[in-house]
Amino acid sequence: MATQAAFMHGSKAETETFWGTVWSWLTTVDHKRIGILYGTSAFIFFLVGGIEALIMRLQLARPDNTLVGPERFNELFTMHGTTMIFLAVMPLSAAFFNYMIPLMIGARDVAFPRLNALSYWIFLSGALFLNSSWLFGMAPDGGWFGYANLTTTQFSPRHTIDFWMLGLQILGLSSMLAGFNFLVTIINMRAPGMTLMRMPVFVWMSFVTQFLIVLAFPAITVALILLMFDRFFGTLFYEPAAGGDPLLWQHLFWIFGHPEVYILILPAMGIVSEVLPTFARKPLFGAPVVIYSGIMIGFFGFGVWSHHMFSVGMGPVADAAFSISTMLIAVPTGVKILNWIGTLWGGSIRFKAPLYFSLGFIAMFTMGGLSGVMHASPPVDLQQTDSYFVVAHFHYVLFGGSIFGLFSGIYYWWPKITGKMLDDTLGRWHFWTMLIGFNMTFFPMHYLGLIGMPRRIYTYAPDLGWNHWNLISTIGSFLIGVSLLFFIVNVFRTRRSGAVAGNDPWDARTLEWSIPSPPPVYNFARIPQVHDRDDFWLQKYGDGHGGAPRPKPAPVTAAEIAAIHMPDTSFWPLLLALALAVMVSGLMISMVQVVIGGLLTLWLMYKFAMELHRPAAGHGH
Amino acid sequence: MVDHASAVAHAHDPNIGTTGLDNRKVGMWAFLGSDCMFFGSLIGTYLAYKGKSISGPLPHQVFDIPLTSYSAALLLASSLTMVLALAALQESRVKKAAGWLFVTAMLGLHFVLNQVYEFTTFALHHGLKLSTSLFGSTFFVLTGFHGAHVTGGVIWLLILVMLALRGKIDARDYTKVEIAGLYWHFVDIVWIAIFTVIYLIP
Amino acid sequence: MTTPRPTPPRLRRRFDWSLACLLGAVLLLACSCSAVGWNWDTPMTTVIPKSDFGMLIHDIFMLISWWTLGIFLAVETVLVWVCWRYRDRAGAPIPKQIHGHTTLEVGWTIAFAVILLVFAIPTIRVIFKTQEAPAATALRVDVLGHQWWWEFRYPQFKITTANELHLPKGQTATFLLNAPDVIHSFWMPQLGGKRDVVPRRVNHLTLTPQVAGEYPGQCAEYCGVSHANMRFRVYVHEPADFEKWVKQQQAPPVESPDPLAQQGKTIFSSSACVGCHTISGISAGHIGPDLTHFASRTRFAGALIDTTPDNVAKWIENPDHMKPGALMPNLGMTPEQSKAITAYLLSLK
Repeated sequence: MATQAAFMHGSKAETETFWGTVWSWLTTVDHKRIGILYGTSAFIFFLVGGIEALIMRLQLARPDNTLVGPERFNELFTMHGTTMIFLAVMPLSAAFFNYMIPLMIGARDVAFPRLNALSYWIFLSGALFLNSSWLFGMAPDGGWFGYANLTTTQFSPRHTIDFWMLGLQILGLSSMLAGFNFLVTIINMRAPGMTLMRMPVFVWMSFVTQFLIVLAFPAITVALILLMFDRFFGTLFYEPAAGGDPLLWQHLFWIFGHPEVYILILPAMGIVSEVLPTFARKPLFGAPVVIYSGIMIGFFGFGVWSHHMFSVGMGPVADAAFSISTMLIAVPTGVKILNWIGTLWGGSIRFKAPLYFSLGFIAMFTMGGLSGVMHASPPVDLQQTDSYFVVAHFHYVLFGGSIFGLFSGIYYWWPKITGKMLDDTLGRWHFWTMLIGFNMTFFPMHYLGLIGMPRRIYTYAPDLGWNHWNLISTIGSFLIGVSLLFFIVNVFRTRRSGAVAGNDPWDARTLEWSIPSPPPVYNFARIPQVHDRDDFWLQKYGDGHGGAPRPKPAPVTAAEIAAIHMPDTSFWPLLLALALAVMVSGLMISMVQVVIGGLLTLWLMYKFAMELHRPAAGHGH
Repeated sequence: MVDHASAVAHAHDPNIGTTGLDNRKVGMWAFLGSDCMFFGSLIGTYLAYKGKSISGPLPHQVFDIPLTSYSAALLLASSLTMVLALAALQESRVKKAAGWLFVTAMLGLHFVLNQVYEFTTFALHHGLKLSTSLFGSTFFVLTGFHGAHVTGGVIWLLILVMLALRGKIDARDYTKVEIAGLYWHFVDIVWIAIFTVIYLIP
Repeated sequence: MTTPRPTPPRLRRRFDWSLACLLGAVLLLACSCSAVGWNWDTPMTTVIPKSDFGMLIHDIFMLISWWTLGIFLAVETVLVWVCWRYRDRAGAPIPKQIHGHTTLEVGWTIAFAVILLVFAIPTIRVIFKTQEAPAATALRVDVLGHQWWWEFRYPQFKITTANELHLPKGQTATFLLNAPDVIHSFWMPQLGGKRDVVPRRVNHLTLTPQVAGEYPGQCAEYCGVSHANMRFRVYVHEPADFEKWVKQQQAPPVESPDPLAQQGKTIFSSSACVGCHTISGISAGHIGPDLTHFASRTRFAGALIDTTPDNVAKWIENPDHMKPGALMPNLGMTPEQSKAITAYLLSLK
């Protein structure tokens, strides 16, 4: 329709050519496109991290193996952890924040669309910067947690740690900028009538996550700055010989690191909280409690960090205090499981791929949570920490939890994003092989940890009883790889031949299903008026107390659509991200580059800020 | 909760959200909350290492309390001039606002130059550098990052002055100048905390 | 879409196939399990403790394990049952839209908190008990973690050794832990939990070994290239045997009549070896392990390599080749020289 053409990304001429299309993506400020960019990049890096894992598993399949040596292995576990956390799970969550939050709150875009694009390009430059280290033979090898003082120049003289340190700073900046954006969006851009308690639970979990991001990342920023100054400018923060305490790093890192794990799990919990009600055809059981639990987890998540440090010798008082706070936080985390089961109870459950992954989440996260409770007891933790037991624990919550939850979201929202249905059978094959492969890989690790296998070792002796289950674990890891093939095949096959989704293929409950799939660039032709949580469901079916469904609103007029102003594309975010990359990478090359990059960054910040100052009439904000 | 009618009314100013607040102000508050954690971590590091240096000059041997108190007063005064700038802008007195913004920037610049002087004195006269001791490391990094924040603020203010003098800023841009003010006040308040922790507590 | 459609036959067949594969895999896993079994009595097991410290830990571990196993079975069973019982049937109406149940939610929250209290109380007790100051009669051992080997000093006996820790059964041992370089972690799984060794910090670990035996230990904090190779062995002796070991370690280095060993001693004394290693009365280097009773140890290089003539000679010629990143430099010894030094070292019982 004629008015639709007015909202195509870029000019009509641009998008009809290949390079025009590329340019329109490079300059997009549309939250939906940015979400797709995040999701695609994240999935690719997920595969990269997965390959790093498979190589490690091949090396560990047999004792005294010589497939990769210790240098390479240490790089692999460092990059695997860093990649999975910062380049896979977080950006996959960000993909959903980007795509779904505005849709779920009835907004046209996020509060600062160009800042949103900037966040993505900074993320991508950080991800590429970090992985470029492989090409230079300088892949980071200090572990994803980079404990001082192993990471000082004395013990890590090569640039490996610099790539990690600077890469994380870039990535942290990206996350924080996005955090500010989503906080303002959720606070300030909800549709009329959508009070905070009427927001979908996914938006709530994302909201808490953004608070965690903006408050936790500064701690690791400082930890990394101190390390950077030690490595580049000779300061003594982590220098024991000068009185420096290596534990300073650990405290700063885990003050970030613990909220980080909630950053990794809350969005997936939000997704599950959306998928279960849709496929059980019942509201989320105890939605307010689930929301308050999320808030409590966010708040108390800042008070448990030293449970990662039970073996460092903090003394019995600190050990006891953090043990208690850790057990306390298990309560809101654990009762959610019961709320989710309560949602299924009495429902009319339709078993489709999204639901399977959410069920997998519940089952696996329960297991990971229970092994976490064991870790909360310092005496027990003294045996389990730094062994394969804790490796099992965090993979159960991060893979069995976050990844399964994120796949649930992928299968759930795929029709909305692409307008096509994914093949459900292939989805179920993906689920089952992934579930079996995952458990085959990680369940034996509980046992291996309990019989004394430490973590971060590139090989082990043959007479310790670890051989058989390491082999099984390796086989399982390849099964996980196979499971992903089902997903990839599904994606490519349904691009052309997938069934058309329509607005609401799942008969769902939240606002995003009330608009076309994929949504028009302006999302809502008319910003909805919200009266309740699950407002869309109530529009369809009434309140379930015998009342009739709400009267449908009058159809949208062409004049209403013509009055919508959407923001223009912009190339400043891309350029600014590039300048930042030039400046930061200069720290490893020459101060001249840092200065030039810095000046360029400042100038581009000015241009970015001035782009919309006194815009010509007719342009959006 | 805002009803449909007022939402329509606000729809003409894309920056005002459903809470009635300006997006940019909420965004600046979010950033300042984050920056609090940033400085909190740096101050925590300073406190953790206080008195733990193995060698090198001690704080009381190098500090010039009168000079740094004068600098602190400069920054406090600059917060006042910032408020005056905003008041002038609200009255559409753009030249006056530009004037007060310029004064604010100059007070900030004076603060930074004092700090440069202080740093050079420490390094050249007292032999206190980044790599000298824990005190050197923590002192320079904490106050240096604060100084960098002030410098960023000075640049921001001078750009606003330039835009105002060129007629590119007027009362319509009150919020844009206000968020610069929020940032400036924050930098001032952080200095009060840093000044107390480093210079005043023995 | 308001009326749920029944599952088409083609999809149902496929589902059955995937179910069949699932069962097949589970079967394979079960066979695998039973074939090997879950053998808990392995050299580095944590669940068959041999010390008081290990047993205190184990008791809490078992308490938590039984409860968590119970919770796991309950939750997963309910989950599976709910999925089966409330599966969608063709033509089923929209289910009752229940929003919650306050009493139930409050109830299960309190129940969970109470269960955690059951874990917390013994936890706190054991934390304080195991970190009490040791009795004055405790045997003191200073543990220093180096990249990538372990140094053990017995100040009461004036003994310094490496990579092999000897303890008397039934006597409390208290370890003072430190690292001169980076953070490591001192872990003897069969004897209890680990404690990190941190630069500029002295950590403490106290335990009483209760079963004689030989127990492997390993560094449990990533500390660089050869972290995986930073191992050690613990020997818990009957008290009389421990006395014998102490006497042997306190004795001056053996003077071997073997001419090759004598030659080795000469080469050792005049090479850079003396800068790093101590042999009582011969050299006083403190960078590498004390070699005074090198041959009394069954393994070397962080308890990684068996002490055989072949291995020792190879090590001397090219340490990095046998242990990646080894900080012992290649001193360019010829095969003849290393054979001699080997003979000398192997005479130092």
